[in-house]
Amino acid sequence: MNTYLPLWPVAASAHAVRVDWLIAAFTALMVLLTAPVFILIVAFSIKYRRGSPADRTARPAGNVVLETSWAVIPFLLTLAFFAYAALLYLDLGRPPADSMVIDVVAKQWMWKFEHPGGQREINDLHVPAGQDVRLTMTSQDVIHSFFVPALRIKQDVLPGRYTSLWFNADRPGVYDLRCSQFCGMDHSRMVGRITVLPPGEYAAWLGRAGTAGDLASQGKALFDNLGCSGCHEAQSTVRAPSLVGLFGRPTPLSDKRVVVADDQYIRDSILDPNRDVAAGYQPQMPTYAGQVSEDELLKLVAYVKSLGPLQAEAPLPPEARR
Amino acid sequence: MTVAAPLLTPEERVSYLAAGATLRSWLATTDHKRIAILYLISITIFFFIGGTAAALIRLDLLQPTRHFLTNEGYNRTFTLHGVVMVWFFLIPSIPATFGNFLIPLMIGAKDLAFPRLNLLSWYIYVLGGAVTVYVLIAGGVDTGWTFYTPLSTMFANGHVVAAAIAIIIVGFSSILTGLNFIVTVHKLRAPGMTWGRLPIFVWSHYATSLILVLATPVLAVTLVLLLAERVFHVGIFDPSLGGDPLLYQHMFWFYSHPAVYIMLLPGMGVVSELVSASAHKRLFGYWFVASASLAIAAVGFLVWGHHMFVAGQSLYASVIFSFLSIVVAVPSAIKVYNWTATLYKGDITLDAPFLFAMSFIGLFTIGGLTGLMLAMLAVDVHVHDTYFVIAHFHYIMVGGTVSAFFGALHFWWPKITGRLYSQFWGRISAMLIFVGFNLTFFPQFILGYLGMPRRYHIYPPELQVWHVLSSAGASILAVGYGLPFAYLLYSLRNGRAAGRNPWGVAGLEWTTPSPPPRENFLKPPVVTREAYAYPIEESGHDG
Repeated sequence: MNTYLPLWPVAASAHAVRVDWLIAAFTALMVLLTAPVFILIVAFSIKYRRGSPADRTARPAGNVVLETSWAVIPFLLTLAFFAYAALLYLDLGRPPADSMVIDVVAKQWMWKFEHPGGQREINDLHVPAGQDVRLTMTSQDVIHSFFVPALRIKQDVLPGRYTSLWFNADRPGVYDLRCSQFCGMDHSRMVGRITVLPPGEYAAWLGRAGTAGDLASQGKALFDNLGCSGCHEAQSTVRAPSLVGLFGRPTPLSDKRVVVADDQYIRDSILDPNRDVAAGYQPQMPTYAGQVSEDELLKLVAYVKSLGPLQAEAPLPPEARR
Repeated sequence: MTVAAPLLTPEERVSYLAAGATLRSWLATTDHKRIAILYLISITIFFFIGGTAAALIRLDLLQPTRHFLTNEGYNRTFTLHGVVMVWFFLIPSIPATFGNFLIPLMIGAKDLAFPRLNLLSWYIYVLGGAVTVYVLIAGGVDTGWTFYTPLSTMFANGHVVAAAIAIIIVGFSSILTGLNFIVTVHKLRAPGMTWGRLPIFVWSHYATSLILVLATPVLAVTLVLLLAERVFHVGIFDPSLGGDPLLYQHMFWFYSHPAVYIMLLPGMGVVSELVSASAHKRLFGYWFVASASLAIAAVGFLVWGHHMFVAGQSLYASVIFSFLSIVVAVPSAIKVYNWTATLYKGDITLDAPFLFAMSFIGLFTIGGLTGLMLAMLAVDVHVHDTYFVIAHFHYIMVGGTVSAFFGALHFWWPKITGRLYSQFWGRISAMLIFVGFNLTFFPQFILGYLGMPRRYHIYPPELQVWHVLSSAGASILAVGYGLPFAYLLYSLRNGRAAGRNPWGVAGLEWTTPSPPPRENFLKPPVVTREAYAYPIEESGHDG
């Protein structure tokens, strides 16, 4: 038997250190608030045991001041921690605009990764240290969850939808990746590694890893092969909206709604084109559901993204990303 | 349950137990006390089934990779453990047994408002239980007790349909029990039993019943939709059919979070009785404790989203659910502080039931505080779906509810059976359970923070020591839970007669003979004092 007794997980990011401090400080507060309960139960049980000579006159039946204070004071103290924890959490939902984006496709029971340059990996993700990395994640089947204990982060990965997660791992090393949402028979084998490399080594690794061209150019090839370009390019005879400069912009729809053209919108428009039709166009595009895989969808999204507008669009509030 | 005739005490000869010894007299009874005993026997069987599954899990996790169960077998085992323990033990545990037995006695009524409905609810429970046993024999189900979609609707191979039907069926039993309690408390209180004189046990069951009636139908609806998708491929939850998997989670937790309070509130009611009885003193802050039960029931409906902080729900919804989850902890804290204050200047005896009550307070406090940690958003992101959550809810459900259940069993056993059991063995059992429980589940908090996900059959070898400690604790816990079977059953035949009030405590149920007569009281009681009025009047005049 392995007799090593681990007590605290390694922290590989500034966020992880903040979460550790949060839980340590909050635990201290909890001990402070409950120590009286534990001490007094034992003390009273001894002092007021049946037959003891302790004074039992003037027994109180209640005390409103006491009741109010033990309801309100712990609550207010806890609220301070609530606020800090909520701020940390909201940070997790706002990836920095210049994050490097890596695509993640989960399936029973495997993690697939694709780097912007087209390098692909399975169950073993290489990332540069000290850089903001944003994961765009989706699932091919059931719900999974991307959990890296060393980074203190976790996000469920859903079929039919993109969820995202970002981190900045500042300590090079190899860390565990675990699926934490029960996903069927081999759930506990859906594990992998995150290898955090110093930036130079990461560049070298990218060079060594084979690639069939970056994601956007692979997406361009798909765009042509699937016949998308036949309608969506400027010289086309069929009237379809141009995709140049589309990504990240508010787009009016034929039913008067305005949506932001993000990853999810582009994905949905490929699979269910008649749900959100751009204003001024007819619902005539055929669906590609069943004809393109999640990996291919991510490439098509990368291509549309590459058509602009210019990068560094402000990140969208999470509410609008749905 | 028949006791040999020569051993009957005079009180037993006219008691509800003497009203007939045939199987028919039990299976066709409308006496709330007999139905309570039918429930006690049936939930004990399911406690044993669920406990066996837990033992298999803890045995299998002694090793990180070399197992005697397959991955699939392991998944089916923990699913069975969850389904059986939640729906067939914890939810009916205290209400259907002690609630059933004691509410009429505590409010001075002859029976519940709808005695035949009460019997029907037990038959429905048995039917649901039979379907669950079928699922077990047929090979089990592999979704986890939460039945998350689309895993449960499109991917799982187990007997999802039968398991869902079993849960829908048993839900009706809950609804009927809740309805019966609500009407009984409103309509059948004895003269003088005002709302302000109700024991906290009754207040807690009243609050529980409101949740049972309001939340359980949502579970039935959710599972019917799940069946529609699994059987008929109606797209509701699976995105490939046009559905939304998060819709399932919202609906499931809209029931299942209030269900936590269905499991917990009756235990809080028991402990309020036990603490006051242990101290032989009026409960401190009666109205605060009583209204805390109602507050928990109400706010408990508004916190379900804290199960979904990393599921992909709106970030701002998460912030609101986090805040409300802190609010719902306030009434629980009020109760804990009031129990502690009740002991002040008490006349404290530490018999077995009171040791269970003290265990409850300690373990529930740890469970509640770690629940607050889970309500902290950034902390939850790390420990969600890990052993930290497992440890947290076992501290509430097992350290809390099951301790209260055993406390109730030891406190009211003399009333139910008319016999006293060995205090020595009762105290040993309470202490074994306390020690075994902490050894089983405290290491799981550490495992969780270290990043051990729940429902993992294979786990990283460096976590093995904590798993071995946890399994060692589970074996102590098993002995602690097994002991009462021996000495309680032994007391049925060999225990000394209990008399009306063996603990010398307040409460209407202690003024009637033990075991009580069929009609509960020899003449209809009139209540003139508040609950927990000490010193007690030596009873006898009304019986």
